[in-house]
Amino acid sequence: MTVTPLGIPRRMMEFTIDGEEARVPEGSTILDACRAAGKDIPTLCEGDTLRPKNACRVCVVEVEGARTLVPACSRKAEPGMEVRTDTERARHSRKVVLELLASSVDLSTTPRVAEWLKEYEAKPDRFGPEAARLNEEPRVDNDLYVRDYDKCILCYKCVDACGDQWQNTFAISVAGRGFDARIAVEHDAPLTDSACVYCGNCIEVCPTGALSFKSEFDMRAAGTWDESRQTETTTVCAYCGVGCNLTLHVQDNEIVKVTSPHDNPVTHGNLCIKGRFGYQHVQNRG
Amino acid sequence: MDLHFGDSKPTDDERAAVDALLGPPESSWEGADRSDADLRWARGGRAARDRRDLLLPGLHAINDRVGWISDGALDYLCRRLTVPPAEAYGVATFYAMFSVKPRPATVLHVCTDLACAAAGAPQLCAGIEERLGLGSGVAVERSPCLGLCERAPAALAIRAGDPVRTAVSAPATVHDAVLAASAPDSAPEEPPAALAVPQAGQDGLMLLHRVGVVDPASLDDYRAHGGYTALRRAFELGPAGVIREVTDSGLVGRGGAAFPTGRKWQATASQPDRPHYLVCNADESEPGTFKDRVLMEGDPYALVEAMTIAGYATGAHQGYLYLRGEYPRALHRLEHAIAQARARGLLGDDVLGQGYAFDIEIRRGAGAYICGEETALFNSIEGYRGEPRSKPPFPVEKGLFGKPTVENNVETLVNVLPVLTMGAPAYAAIGTPRSTGPKLFCVSGSVERPGVYELPFGATLGDLLTLAGMRDGLRAVLLGGAAGGFVRADELDIPLTFEGTREAGTTLGSGVVMAFDDSVPLPRLLLRIAEFFRDESCGQCVPCRVGTVRQEEALHRIVERTGADAAGDIALLREVGRAMRDASICGLGQTAWNAVESAIDRLGAYE
Repeated sequence: MTVTPLGIPRRMMEFTIDGEEARVPEGSTILDACRAAGKDIPTLCEGDTLRPKNACRVCVVEVEGARTLVPACSRKAEPGMEVRTDTERARHSRKVVLELLASSVDLSTTPRVAEWLKEYEAKPDRFGPEAARLNEEPRVDNDLYVRDYDKCILCYKCVDACGDQWQNTFAISVAGRGFDARIAVEHDAPLTDSACVYCGNCIEVCPTGALSFKSEFDMRAAGTWDESRQTETTTVCAYCGVGCNLTLHVQDNEIVKVTSPHDNPVTHGNLCIKGRFGYQHVQNRG
Repeated sequence: MDLHFGDSKPTDDERAAVDALLGPPESSWEGADRSDADLRWARGGRAARDRRDLLLPGLHAINDRVGWISDGALDYLCRRLTVPPAEAYGVATFYAMFSVKPRPATVLHVCTDLACAAAGAPQLCAGIEERLGLGSGVAVERSPCLGLCERAPAALAIRAGDPVRTAVSAPATVHDAVLAASAPDSAPEEPPAALAVPQAGQDGLMLLHRVGVVDPASLDDYRAHGGYTALRRAFELGPAGVIREVTDSGLVGRGGAAFPTGRKWQATASQPDRPHYLVCNADESEPGTFKDRVLMEGDPYALVEAMTIAGYATGAHQGYLYLRGEYPRALHRLEHAIAQARARGLLGDDVLGQGYAFDIEIRRGAGAYICGEETALFNSIEGYRGEPRSKPPFPVEKGLFGKPTVENNVETLVNVLPVLTMGAPAYAAIGTPRSTGPKLFCVSGSVERPGVYELPFGATLGDLLTLAGMRDGLRAVLLGGAAGGFVRADELDIPLTFEGTREAGTTLGSGVVMAFDDSVPLPRLLLRIAEFFRDESCGQCVPCRVGTVRQEEALHRIVERTGADAAGDIALLREVGRAMRDASICGLGQTAWNAVESAIDRLGAYE
């Protein structure tokens, strides 16, 4: 029998979003309330299994009385708050943030970003051909996953997942400062010289595809990666007694990557190296 | 956590530097030779991790001794402190004064910021680099404002060793700067701090009255000139009484944000969570600002006394003084003052025999403007990257180490002394109703007598510039530093108050007043401001991290253009600037476009 945890009952709280009454449990963020009200606010650094870092600023909304815009993902809703999600001011900041990102980072594998660029009429090209880009080469230094920091928007999710929020391995950190800041292991060494345990929980939370399975990276390079031909099968990991859920992504009868459902109340999308990468025996047909 | 260390080993020097700070390692878990006992015993958990805040002092110890931070040294420090090396690497690479790549033991920081640029820093740099080429044993680094604007152009030499040696050359010539770098010990001594105070010795000064009058090393001299009367008064009033006085005085923060100090103290004092902390923000890095340096160098005991009062009022027993890494003389003066105060029972378990325990620890910054942001400063002290936190929660509730914290600027704290000695009504009668008390202004650039000036709020910009000796051909005045704004030469009637500058559509900021004449091409100044923000952005949020880069690129494109040729890029700057102001996490990104905008709108910079 599955028991759904109900949690402590929370007081409901009322405020307005775009002039409409909203009612959410105390402690909810503005984003929670917006989503409950069916409003689509773009997000990049927000993750369903992580505490919001509010670094990308693409989810900013206007709150009556606030000097600046506020990040919907992390600002808690307060009673009586008047939130406006679609004002010219909020849309302007979202547009510029998308332009700044798209003009400096390779967003080709970031889900939904093309749609948002269109919706906000963002024109990343207007910073000119000389506009500085990250200009990073993919780092292929192990057999399991690839770090392509040309696609990194510095959302901190991988750092948080590797650190105190989930894995407690602390193999990576943000190094450097400003535009030169990059995700790195100690001494910017190859992954194989670091504390990395290859759980792949950073890949699970990466919003842009900067971190990807080597299998996915190679297939994309070869032009054979095709998500429309993939099936997803959620099953139970057979390695140990914890019973983590695995979602096997299969293309042409080959497992091409492994994810884990984020709504699993025990593992929240986290796996270990065996569950994440140890699937070769399944395909050992020889 | 899984701690993983590579094979790199520290050199004897590096190990000694770390051990001098932390003491010898207690077991092989911390880096000592392995013994049988290590197999049965390990210190772990919170006890081991609780020393994370020693990471920044540890990095300083290594950098001071060797000049850079090697893999082996970093790993050894991490082992000693139970800190993951990746995180420590992230911290070490955050600060401009540290290097994780080998470099010469001597680094000469040559200021190329606004006041120094106007005083010939580019030629100075070129001359120095010509003399100190490769193989000279000196690394020349172009530096943001060194806080020596009254003696521009400035250079600071730091030679690693035991102990680390520093020498300041200002106003610097190629010859003096090279001498300071090649022989810091024999470089001529810096002139006394009082030289930065043209009013020194005049009657009627409240904040600067001891600068140049007392011996900054002598506690007796300080007491003979009214020192520690305010603390005695504070003990008479009790904590609530002190907060009442400070509230009634109308004192507001002098760091730039102008938040009422009494309200901040009250909010911290009333928090049930314990302990409370007091933090003094002496990370004075706003280009053009040097008032806190002059106060700390010229009257260090005043800050020690003021911090003790603030700690007493807000229920804190531990105060941190976060001091800018580029201020070696202020560091020595304050280290000495704190030690003297401790020895004489003015700090410690029983301050003045009143049963109140308070002590002060100095933490040095390492070259990061962002650490002047209050929450970034907490992260820096705690041993994390100096990135601002999102607010709420505010520091009065969750500040340093997650505890209620009151953080004040040096000048704000020093104002508490006259508030208590003269009483709130008398203090509040100075200045204007909404900006009470005296204010320090850092005047530099095109004036005869640059320096720190003390004037009551309400004096006009013209009054101040007349006092400092305005030169002919004034083109523009920058108020508030790089994060502030320009005003025109015909706007000298602006009252220098928080409300007066706000009404005039500009800002007082930290009290910077930098005068520029026609000789400095404005587009070059704006480009320097943009470079400053690009270099100092912490990189956490997108509007600031990329926006400051795009701003600099656009200003670079139009540096020689005007009118219609510049219009497209100015429109672009406005759009990016608006998003930085609206959507950045902290004040750095929010103000990064202020000065440029004011130059375009008020001065017609590209017309």
